[in-house]
Amino acid sequence: MTPLTGYLIVAALVFAIGLAGALTRRNAIMILIGIELMLNAANLNLIAFWRYSPHPELLSGMMFAIFSIAVAAAEAAVGLGLVISIYRHARTADVEEMNRMKG
Amino acid sequence: MQEAIAFTPQIDASFITRWLWLIPALPITAAGLISVLKQPCRKLASRIAIGSLATSLLIAIAAFVHVLSGWSHGHAVREAVNFSWLTVGAQAVELGWVLDPLSAVMLVMVTFVGLLIFIYSTGYMEHDENYTRFFCFLALFAGAMLGVVIANSILLLFMCWELVGLTSYLLIGFWYHKPSAAAAARKAFITTRVGDIFFLLGIVWLFAQTGTLLFYDHGSGSIEPLALGGLLVHHSHWGLTAAGAIGLLIFAGAAGKSGQLPLHVWLPDAMEGPTPVSALIHAATMVAAGVYLIARVYPLMAAGAIAPGTTTALTVVTWVGASTAVFAALIAAAQNDIKRILAYSTVSQLGYMMAGLGVGGVAVGMFHLITHAFFKALLFMGSGSVIHGVHEEQDIRRMGGLRKYMPLTFLTYAVGMLALCGVPIFFSGFWSKDAILESAHAWPLSHAPYYMLVFGAVLTAFYMTRQVSYVFFGEYRGHGHAHESPRVMTTPLVILAVFAMALGVIGTPAWPWFRAFLENQAASVEMHAFAEPAWLMLLLTSFVIVIAGIGLGWWFYGNKSPRAEEPDVLQKAIPPVWTVLANRLYIDELYGATVIAFYYWWAKVADWIDRDIWGDMVSTVIWLTNHWARLNKFLDANMVDAAFDKGCEEIYNGGGVLARVQNGRGQIYLRLLALAVVILAAILIWSGRP
Amino acid sequence: MGFVFYLISAFAVGGALAAVLLKNLVHAALAVTIAFFGLALLFLRLDAQFAGFAQILVYVGAVAILVVFAILLTKGSEVPKEGVFSRSWLAGLAISAAVFAVVAWAVMQAAPSLPNQSAIPAVTVNDIGNALMNRYVLPLEIIAVLLTAALLGAVIVAMHEKRAKQG
Repeated sequence: MTPLTGYLIVAALVFAIGLAGALTRRNAIMILIGIELMLNAANLNLIAFWRYSPHPELLSGMMFAIFSIAVAAAEAAVGLGLVISIYRHARTADVEEMNRMKG
Repeated sequence: MQEAIAFTPQIDASFITRWLWLIPALPITAAGLISVLKQPCRKLASRIAIGSLATSLLIAIAAFVHVLSGWSHGHAVREAVNFSWLTVGAQAVELGWVLDPLSAVMLVMVTFVGLLIFIYSTGYMEHDENYTRFFCFLALFAGAMLGVVIANSILLLFMCWELVGLTSYLLIGFWYHKPSAAAAARKAFITTRVGDIFFLLGIVWLFAQTGTLLFYDHGSGSIEPLALGGLLVHHSHWGLTAAGAIGLLIFAGAAGKSGQLPLHVWLPDAMEGPTPVSALIHAATMVAAGVYLIARVYPLMAAGAIAPGTTTALTVVTWVGASTAVFAALIAAAQNDIKRILAYSTVSQLGYMMAGLGVGGVAVGMFHLITHAFFKALLFMGSGSVIHGVHEEQDIRRMGGLRKYMPLTFLTYAVGMLALCGVPIFFSGFWSKDAILESAHAWPLSHAPYYMLVFGAVLTAFYMTRQVSYVFFGEYRGHGHAHESPRVMTTPLVILAVFAMALGVIGTPAWPWFRAFLENQAASVEMHAFAEPAWLMLLLTSFVIVIAGIGLGWWFYGNKSPRAEEPDVLQKAIPPVWTVLANRLYIDELYGATVIAFYYWWAKVADWIDRDIWGDMVSTVIWLTNHWARLNKFLDANMVDAAFDKGCEEIYNGGGVLARVQNGRGQIYLRLLALAVVILAAILIWSGRP
Repeated sequence: MGFVFYLISAFAVGGALAAVLLKNLVHAALAVTIAFFGLALLFLRLDAQFAGFAQILVYVGAVAILVVFAILLTKGSEVPKEGVFSRSWLAGLAISAAVFAVVAWAVMQAAPSLPNQSAIPAVTVNDIGNALMNRYVLPLEIIAVLLTAALLGAVIVAMHEKRAKQG
């Protein structure tokens, strides 16, 4: 296993764990935590590919990761604000209870 | 025997021949007119009928005069007018009429006797309410019979022949309310039909073989020498030539119409019709049509004879005629109905005519036909007068002594009876019967017909004497008061009686005018012919016959007046023979047991086939169709519809199932999303493998 | 691959696992912070120093705190009675396992053809700054707008209800 593939596997693992958390936990905040983990894993992927790419001086990988971090922060802020707002309405943060999108 | 001079064909038909078609057309038109009249228009109906027939008589006399003048000047007259009725491709169906001595003589006889009977009927049917219908049918019959006489095309003859049969049926069954009359009419029609089938076969064969329907057609007709030569060349079964076979088939038709032995059963039953009908149809004309037919196609029957009158066809005709003469005479001797005796007598005399044709040729047979027409019509009309006078009683055992009450009827009836018996010299019947006996005696093939005919003559005299003594002599055994008939009925009787006596003149050996006329020879009066030994032998034989017959009859029955309940004198003498004869030789019963029984059995079989087999088939088809329809309905309802309904239900439920995906739970959506990504990724990777 | 790599990976993966599995939300939040740390160290190991420090600043310093504040405001510290996992947690686990399997399979499939330059990239912060201002200036500005929008949005969304009713 090359170093690159090692990092990629780790990233995949973290991604899967984050996905598992997003898919199985009942609390909305836990879902957001899972989403953050997934984003992080994607960042790791990007950095790893940048490091072992033929022209790292182009900085494309790094830039991508940095912007990703910025966006993730913004998204976490809005998401958690939404959770708080929903909590005020439904008195609960349990996603199982929130089925008003039922078709 | 002199050879007949061949007729020279006339190219142009004379004036009278061109208008000959009026003779049958007038009575038929009269019938048509009468048929649209209402029932109360009695006088008008009878006047139309009598007027038309009288006009036909005048035209017939004119035609006869024309032929006579031609004959007396030495020109043979045989004029024919032929025309195509319809054309089928290259073949034409030809009809036409012919005027020659044979048809001229017959025309005059039929119209004259017919006219007398028409006049007689106005009196006889006076009290019948269907007077108009009677005259309509009579006129139709007269027209049809005249059509048979003048027909030159065998097809036209057959058409008129059938029409004659139809009118006979209508007239026999005139009083159709009587079941016996209706049955008799049916019997007549069906029995003659049997003969007609053979006749039709003969016609078809003749047409096929000779290629023409016409008798006389300027040398190319079917009974002219050219065609006959062709017919003689072809041989059929049993050693017959085509001519002989066709002749036999035609004779079968004539046998039906003229009541020869196996097909005679309808004639006695035909007495159910009114007496004028019996007189006209079953004495003088219709039954004579058969004899006339044989006379007309005589060249065909006589073709190829080694000695004259010895072809197979003519031999058969002779034997059948002689047998009929004897059988019918035997049966007549044991009957008790006045008209039935006369009916069997007619059958017997028709046998004589046929035998005469067979042994002696056209002139012999036709002479007896003419004389018989007159005296038999006289006898029938006389019996009608008797029946009228004793208030519709027909059993001779309940009559008697009527010569005191009905002298004119008795006188004329006696004349007719003597003519029928063949009392020599003064009565025409003697001369015509004598001619037959003479020819039979000279027949080369056998003398048996001669002896049969002689025996028949004895029987004739016997049964006529019996009848006359029962009816006119002795004591009156009936009820009520007997009276003479009105003038309108007795006058025709007198006229006919005169002819019954006078007609003999034209056929004596001294002046064989009739034969000469028919065969286009010169006739001269030769009184020395009376002195020939052969003829004197014959005269003696006839005397013996007459005396024996009349004497026997008078001895048995004479002036006695047996009661109706007493058995007949002859019955007491020879009971078994009497029973057989009285039951008409059980021929009707024989037919009933065989032909009729077979027919009914066959009808039952056909009914069974139709009802059960076809019926079952039809029922099966119905059942199948029914169940097929039900099956279809079942399949449609349960399979097609159910399938469709199920499908719709499944889609509906599927919708329900799919709707559960949209449950509003975001986490579930997320899972599905991830799953989709997995699948897509897997596909991409799989397809991107090196 | 080195021992250090495995150690740091253990941190990251272990923290992630703990974050997902722990029932107490606050513990989970702390565990995810450890995972963030681990990932940051991995970034450092990959010679992406700026990214690693940015990760620590933003994720550990802001996001994690934000999560804790959210837990505070939604009273998530109490462990719910029905349990923290959904009823059909096995389906979710299976799907994530499938995802991991697919991605790992893709990686292993592509392993021979992956680039593998082991030269250390000569990248300084100066270079990053230059890049940000020259090449990536547009995304930079957009990120600025995005962050402003997110800020405003979060404030509005999470604002107290009473104000919304009165206004």
